[in-house]
Amino acid sequence: MTTVVGRGGRAAPVAGPQVKRILALLLLAAGPVLVLGVLFVLPVSGMLAEGFVVDGRFSPGAVLDVLARPRVRRVAWFTVWTSGVATLLAVALGLPAAYALHRLALPGRSAVRAALLVPFVLPTVVVGVAFRQLLGEGGPLGVLRLDGTPVAIVCGLVFFNVAVVVRTVGVAWESLDPRPGQAAAALGATPWQVLRTVTLPALRPAIVGAASIVFLFCATAFGIVLTLGGVRYATVETEIYLLTTTVFDLQAAAALSVLQIVVVVALLALAARLRATPDPTTQRAVSPVRAVRRSDAPVVVATLLVLAAMALPILTLVLGSLSVGDGWGLDNYRALTTAGDDQALLVPVTTALVTSLRTAVDATWMALLVGVSVSLIVTRRSHSVAERRVRSTLDGFFMLPLGVSAVTLGFGFLITLDQPPLDLRDSPLLVPMAQALVALPLVVRTLAPMLGGIDDRQRQAAASLGASPWRTLLTVDLPVVWKPLLAAGGFAFAASLGEFGATSFLARDTDPTLPVVIFRLIGHPGEMNYGMALAASVVLALATAVVVLAVERLRVPGVGAF
Amino acid sequence: MLQIDDVTVRYGDNAAVDHVSLDLAPGQVLAVLGPSGCGKSTLLRAIAGLEPITSGSISWDGADLSGVATHRRGFALMFQDGQLFAHLTVARNVAYALRLRRTPSARVAERVRELLDLVGLAGYDDRLPGTLSGGERQRVALARALAVEPRLILLDEPLSALDASLRERLAGELREILHAAGTTALLVTHDHEEAFALADGLAVMRAGRVVQQGAIDEVWREPVDEDTALFLGYARVLRDEAARRVLDAAALPPAHAVALRRSALVVDDAGPLRAVVESARVTPDVVRLVVGVEGVGTVDAVAPLGARVALGDEVSLRVDVTRLAVPPITAAP
Repeated sequence: MTTVVGRGGRAAPVAGPQVKRILALLLLAAGPVLVLGVLFVLPVSGMLAEGFVVDGRFSPGAVLDVLARPRVRRVAWFTVWTSGVATLLAVALGLPAAYALHRLALPGRSAVRAALLVPFVLPTVVVGVAFRQLLGEGGPLGVLRLDGTPVAIVCGLVFFNVAVVVRTVGVAWESLDPRPGQAAAALGATPWQVLRTVTLPALRPAIVGAASIVFLFCATAFGIVLTLGGVRYATVETEIYLLTTTVFDLQAAAALSVLQIVVVVALLALAARLRATPDPTTQRAVSPVRAVRRSDAPVVVATLLVLAAMALPILTLVLGSLSVGDGWGLDNYRALTTAGDDQALLVPVTTALVTSLRTAVDATWMALLVGVSVSLIVTRRSHSVAERRVRSTLDGFFMLPLGVSAVTLGFGFLITLDQPPLDLRDSPLLVPMAQALVALPLVVRTLAPMLGGIDDRQRQAAASLGASPWRTLLTVDLPVVWKPLLAAGGFAFAASLGEFGATSFLARDTDPTLPVVIFRLIGHPGEMNYGMALAASVVLALATAVVVLAVERLRVPGVGAF
Repeated sequence: MLQIDDVTVRYGDNAAVDHVSLDLAPGQVLAVLGPSGCGKSTLLRAIAGLEPITSGSISWDGADLSGVATHRRGFALMFQDGQLFAHLTVARNVAYALRLRRTPSARVAERVRELLDLVGLAGYDDRLPGTLSGGERQRVALARALAVEPRLILLDEPLSALDASLRERLAGELREILHAAGTTALLVTHDHEEAFALADGLAVMRAGRVVQQGAIDEVWREPVDEDTALFLGYARVLRDEAARRVLDAAALPPAHAVALRRSALVVDDAGPLRAVVESARVTPDVVRLVVGVEGVGTVDAVAPLGARVALGDEVSLRVDVTRLAVPPITAAP
């Protein structure tokens, strides 16, 4: 299906081969575009219409009024500054770790690199619970009185995103050609001067790219802010949630959604510009790691501190789940087969776990199906400026779900997909579909660089040796892509296991997923409910960790890097 | 001066550089010539301080350099592909080392102008490396390396990334620039043409060892063994009886082996050797022949342009003694 594009142009008569190529490309893109149109654009615009259209008339004035409200301004400012501070911290903490874990021959570094991937996909609700356990009264860091403060939120955001920085910058750093640095050293530059004048300029695209993605993740974070900030400290994302579910002020919610989408699209465009496109004619070289020297001590110590800080919340969570009364035991885990104290839940937690796994399987195949076709479309070499423009527009379009509020998406699903011919409200596939959309950018970001890294001349060589388009795909693309494909699948699976934003809207009370159940449990009073929440969080964390560690074993370069 | 004394560089069990000793006098340009994988680049990197040495010592003017970091050695290294800093303009690249030393900016500007003049790139100051051709990039890299008047410049196959015609032109320029600047230089290459174009001393390296070193014409005239002869551009090495016949025809004393250039045998009616032409090819300078010589076997020969030689013809050959070499050691076949 892919080489249709490659062939159309050459076989066509001189009159408008380029037009033909673009038409073929658009035809190919029709499937994924339709899927994204119905499942993403329609819900999101439905949600926006709620705000913009009052009594059947288009009145944007009201939306603008909303943006002038003091609370909205406060929420927007809070979002910007917490995200900004968290981004700076994540970059500052991530850079030394990226260097230590990707350039130095530290013992156990591949295990640590694998472990660092876990926080990134850890369900937000789980991290929220872990931080509350860590910072709350009676917690190991309770004396700092940080529970419920913006500091706690920033810490939570940093926890998630350090891994993104380490991954993205680390991968760039390890494929950095060491020779310019050596040339600089031969010209008399000290190691520090080499870092400042050669290495950092070369890494700038990766650093700025990682920072913009991290800012994006922070600004649209939902579960972590909701669990740690409650009503008092709201970001744009949680405010949209409160406005739609509690206050029913759809206009204000829509206004905030618009604001968010505008900012997100701008940031994504920036990130895409900065993302270095791999040159398909050069092999990606990984330079060998270097033995640790005494002068590396500060970097190594900084890395160890970051790792310890990352392990602390998880450790507290595990210990908390095992503590029963004054002693230790598995009571909290045994209680997972029940529906909690005071009938906090409608179904036992174990049932929710099964629901979660089933949903994640469905979400995974959907995300892979769409993600593979999208990746194939956006990575084929363009033969004309117009074609390249079409491809990059499509690329940007498919990345949109990365930044659009999952809450907006979830609510949009509810209000637009509820009547024939698109009545999906009772469909068991509704939740998987939403989760697949959330996971789609992860799949594309894992697959596209791999496909883009294949030298197109390889395909041409195969074709010239008589391979059919299908055969070319098998001999050239598949061997490169099967591992990334598995990795992307695992990633999508883990992401949908922990998805909370959209799911919290869409999951029916009788059929909740594990993150939804955890959130409900911490909202219900009762020591047993809280213990169950801790235990369920550990189970969920374990499930995602297993999947992610399996993905890491595939050793796909660039997984989790943006 | 640079002294390399019994240096070994090991990767695990494998010695990339095996007990190598070399001396380099001030102002000299020494080429280390060897096939790829012979350890010559490792040696260069060891001298630059980029590769730790396993044993032996590298010293400059008697001062041992072990433990001296690359940036403190004062040796400029020029990579095969230049390794210009892509984010800096030509002028900034050339000025890089000067700026590191906080040279006053007026002096920097002056020096950059001087150097760009020297390498023939005046006016290229504000160009970015990406907009330059391969040869221009190499010349900028050279100017950058020369900027702080390094006590030694290390060149890693400086011309091999370039196409043939450019290589020839730049080789001449590079030699002139190095001599004009009076810089001591060590160059590694696998291309004997490049070595001859640039260097005045030659060290031949094979499998981690230096097998022969000396003045370039000396090494050229008297390759130490058969492999060296072949690597230096000799076309064939004859042994035993065949060697004896050829040397006899040249009125030279007999030896185990003789290495012949392609032009060592010349068609000459008065020549002592009889041969049958097996192929003939016209080149701009001479007619190149492959001939079968009785008792010798198949060898190369040349005839003057315009000579009428055809396939199957019987010809007489004389031996040009300046075009052969007698290796003192005969390597096992």
